[in-house]
Amino acid sequence: MLRYTVHRVLLMFPTLIGVAVLVFFMLRVIPGDVVEVKLRGDGGNVSQETIEMERHRLGLDKPILYQFKDWMVGLVTLDLGKSMWTDRPVTEEISIRLELSLQVAIMASIVAVLIAIPLGTTAALMRGTWVDYAVRIITIGGLSIPSFWFGMLIMISLLYFFNWLPPITFTPIYVDPVANLTQLIWPALAVGYRYCAVVARMIRSSLLEVLNEDYIRTARAKGVYEKLVISRHALRNALLPAITVIGIEFAFLIGGLVVTEQVFNLNGIGMLFVQSVSRNDFTLIQAMVMMVAAFYVVINLVVDLLYAVFDPRIRYG
Amino acid sequence: MSVAALPSVTEPARRRSAILEFCQQQPLGAASFVVIFVMMFAGIFAERVAPYNPLDIDFDNILSAPSWAHWGGTDAFGRDIFSRIIYGSRTALVIGFTSSFIGSTIGAILGVASAYFGGRIDTWIQRFVDVLLAFPIIVLALVVVAALRKFLIGGIDVNLIYAIAIPIVPRVARVVRAAALSVRTMPYVDAARAAGYSNSRIIFRHMAPNVVAPYLIMFTAFIAQAILLEASLSFLGLGVTEPTPAWGLMLSGNAADFYREAPWMILFPGAAISLAVFAFNLFGDSLRDYLDPRFKV
Repeated sequence: MLRYTVHRVLLMFPTLIGVAVLVFFMLRVIPGDVVEVKLRGDGGNVSQETIEMERHRLGLDKPILYQFKDWMVGLVTLDLGKSMWTDRPVTEEISIRLELSLQVAIMASIVAVLIAIPLGTTAALMRGTWVDYAVRIITIGGLSIPSFWFGMLIMISLLYFFNWLPPITFTPIYVDPVANLTQLIWPALAVGYRYCAVVARMIRSSLLEVLNEDYIRTARAKGVYEKLVISRHALRNALLPAITVIGIEFAFLIGGLVVTEQVFNLNGIGMLFVQSVSRNDFTLIQAMVMMVAAFYVVINLVVDLLYAVFDPRIRYG
Repeated sequence: MSVAALPSVTEPARRRSAILEFCQQQPLGAASFVVIFVMMFAGIFAERVAPYNPLDIDFDNILSAPSWAHWGGTDAFGRDIFSRIIYGSRTALVIGFTSSFIGSTIGAILGVASAYFGGRIDTWIQRFVDVLLAFPIIVLALVVVAALRKFLIGGIDVNLIYAIAIPIVPRVARVVRAAALSVRTMPYVDAARAAGYSNSRIIFRHMAPNVVAPYLIMFTAFIAQAILLEASLSFLGLGVTEPTPAWGLMLSGNAADFYREAPWMILFPGAAISLAVFAFNLFGDSLRDYLDPRFKV
């Protein structure tokens, strides 16, 4: 197990280095940078000199390989530089927004998984009936309805039925849980629908696969109660592949948040990312991509290790 | 009776029955194809189908509710929403088809090449795929948007198509590689190598046709993803730009200010996105079940 763990941990680094190299060079393929947007964005007439000075101040006039060296050294020493737009350290820009986004993500996953498990199980057990079809339509709906539109629908319904809209200012949960939850439950539902759909589909298909296994027939032949066959023998094994999906979708919730935070006007990681893309704020884009990739890689690692814990065949394979 | 004539007689009959069989086995899939067909028709013949010009501004009819004259109501500029949705299906389908095609094809070639060559080439391609997979789809697309900016050809932003195609590549490459690995061990591939055929001939003539099923399934499924992604990027103001009618764009900007006064501005474009993506997802799903019940995207 130790050897396996060390091996998996070491495998993280090539991916992360690849991401760092890729995102750096992708952003610099084509000339044009934050300075243009910042100084000329509103149609302002700024002299070339001022632009050059600003470029020099931000280090954008240095040779590209020099900038690359700075970026890599910064990564190793965990100094990701300053936002080219606000001049504040990127770590600060990110950390002040992380709490909100993380809370929405965690709430979304709790709701999603709690609904997905019974939904997927029922669909698999009632395969081919109208229940299965209904679940199929609901889950494909989850993959199809854009989370931002779903969020807008939630807002319209709240307005229509309760003549009320969620508060706009963020209150941390330890300050006022009620205000916090009434604000954040809606975006959590909006991004959670897709999450729930993906997990439910995975549970359905893996449960169907497990139900064909010999050990299920053996259990039934021994006369084990059907309920126990499902919960002890089938569901336990079927949940393993679902863990992968739950993990990866959690890491990728940022994707849903990018658009949904816009709808609910939440100043979180997603909104920051969109802002930095439209401002060409390279340092901030780089830092956020690294953060998301690192998060994904770590979650993947945790999932793989969990797998090894639950399934001895992988540990010794 | 000539035996040689037989295949040419049975071939069309077998094809027809395959479509019939698909409709019987996958009624939902057949229904979703009808939806796709209607959208394609509306998109192609938008000039004839749409009751109004989607760009016509009519200040006498601002924010008017759905009526017989304006089926979907009008927006803040008095533009007919139903017509804009019809024209929007053209934008969505063109971008959806092309970016999914580019992404799936490059991904499939990478996947087959990776499986065929094996060894170091396989390792490098898989490393690259791993790196791309560490980006959530929309994050990768946004980075490409930030890197490339706009490049319009015929009113369509080519760089937007690349931005949507690139996240598709690694996802297709991984699935196709898995399928190609089993084709790789087939005797006919060894036979082709023994016959001295070139690598590219073996890849394109011998291996590629045998991974067409996963390729087609991924292609359809990613049309849905591409349409969704285009809508999201346009919604964020980083995709299709005004005045081109696009569904995501219709929901962006100040549309949210009219929750109370003009909810139809929100309801119809979003319903169009959902219906289109839903139809492609369902069709891809049914195609998968039909072509290979064991195969999962």
